[in-house]
Amino acid sequence: MRAPEAQAAPARPERIVETVDASGLAVATAPLTPWETIANNDALRKLAILVVLAVIWELYARRLNNQLLVPTFSATVQAFVAGVLSGELPLRVWLSIKVLLIGYGAGVLIAAVLTALATTTRIGSDLLETLTAMFNPLPAIALLPLALIWFGLSPLSLAFVLIHSVLWPVALNTHSGFVSVSPTLRMVGKNYGLRGLRYVALILIPAAFPSILTGLKIGWAFAWRTLIAAELVFGVQSGSGGLGWYIVNNKNVLDIPNVFAALFTVILIGLAVENGIFRTIEARTIRRWGMATS
Amino acid sequence: MTPLLDVDGVTLQYKTRDQLVTATYRVGFRVEPGDRFVVLGPSGCGKSTLLKAVGGYLTPVEGTIRLKGERVTRPGPDRMMVFQEFDQLLPWKTVRENVAFPLLVSGTCARPAALERAREYLAKVNLGEYADRYPHTLSGGMKQRVAIARAMAMQPDVLLMDEPFAALDALTRRKMQDELLELWDGIGFTMIFVTHSIAEAIKVGSRILLLSPHPGQVKAELASVPRDGADPDAARRLEARIHEMLFADTVEADLARA
Repeated sequence: MRAPEAQAAPARPERIVETVDASGLAVATAPLTPWETIANNDALRKLAILVVLAVIWELYARRLNNQLLVPTFSATVQAFVAGVLSGELPLRVWLSIKVLLIGYGAGVLIAAVLTALATTTRIGSDLLETLTAMFNPLPAIALLPLALIWFGLSPLSLAFVLIHSVLWPVALNTHSGFVSVSPTLRMVGKNYGLRGLRYVALILIPAAFPSILTGLKIGWAFAWRTLIAAELVFGVQSGSGGLGWYIVNNKNVLDIPNVFAALFTVILIGLAVENGIFRTIEARTIRRWGMATS
Repeated sequence: MTPLLDVDGVTLQYKTRDQLVTATYRVGFRVEPGDRFVVLGPSGCGKSTLLKAVGGYLTPVEGTIRLKGERVTRPGPDRMMVFQEFDQLLPWKTVRENVAFPLLVSGTCARPAALERAREYLAKVNLGEYADRYPHTLSGGMKQRVAIARAMAMQPDVLLMDEPFAALDALTRRKMQDELLELWDGIGFTMIFVTHSIAEAIKVGSRILLLSPHPGQVKAELASVPRDGADPDAARRLEARIHEMLFADTVEADLARA
């Protein structure tokens, strides 16, 4: 904006400057100090937080001195190592993971079929939207009593609730991913003469991959939580089960360090899947392609 | 003899949420091999819609579009399109794979031949050293050059260009126009080029189809000026003539409103 009393600036001579060749100049870089190198490492920083938390836990538990309420960190680690060495913990983990993979796989497959229907027909899209609106807010664990009546004390009951927890988030995310594929990319795919399944596989799925991956991650987290919760109820009745059953069983005999060790295992597996598997897939796909939102 | 592309009395309509829009009304033109055929008009003259109909994305409600005597019914790699948007490259493929991909999925070449042809055409648009980069690491102008290389590598009957340089800055746009003409000199393809810039139409085109707006109708089909630059004033005179033809409508509309 101009001040009212402002005049046009006085005329100034033009400038034409010969630039010098500056390509040989060294770019100034200061080497990082060792401390900066350490502080820049994400994993190390997070590890430091974990160490601090473990120390606080250990100190608090020692002051409380009640193994039945809060066992010390060291006692938990001991119970964990003992559980792993005896083969009990790995067995429980395997039983849980087996059911989980079956439920997760089936859920993803059904989600694929539903989404395919929704992408190709308008009634399919209406069906998916209505079903998701109805069932997505319904906690999977609330279906367990029904599942027990329908399928009895079999892994089928667990698979049923798992499918319910995986299906809706995966279908919802995949569908919204397909819907938001840019019109230009769609026209490019059609331009190549791609139609039907080839069009979906070669254009829509990779273009919607960020959303699909988000759906798969959410589905995994839901399934894992649902499974442990379901096993807490289900395992007691079936007599032998996975990690959830292990937790209840040890609580019943007041072996609290083992309960903590099992919870510890649940956390470890969650971290391993998130950081090991999903992070790697992300780095090799959407991050390399520049499609990641964050 | 049948022309390469024969657009005959084409009326195009599309639906928006609450109305049926007539984009073009009985538009006709013919494109011969080697033409740099420019469709020029103000926004709202249906030029992009017309190009999409030639691309096969849209069926005319009246009239026919024939390529080499065959009626156009659906999109196909014999009419490769270059779009205005920078996101037309597949982000999950490298530059070289992007160029090779249509050759592979259309069954034109086997993989080694497709990659070789991709390398050759990327060299033609001076992007040889970027072959293994992913599209998101390229500038807008480079992305458009990849899209042009991709379309030309297919060696289509006709290249359809929908304002390919409109989203570029002015300096890059001029450079791209020069490069496009150099490529035409070297390879000799046929293209339909849609633009709303009179200067671009005169520079890039050999023939210029002028459309009037709402709905699009053919106003004139002009020959562009020769590229040898023998008459430096010719381009300016043609620009003034086209400007007057397009501007006449606005004056009439203003008079009608007054």
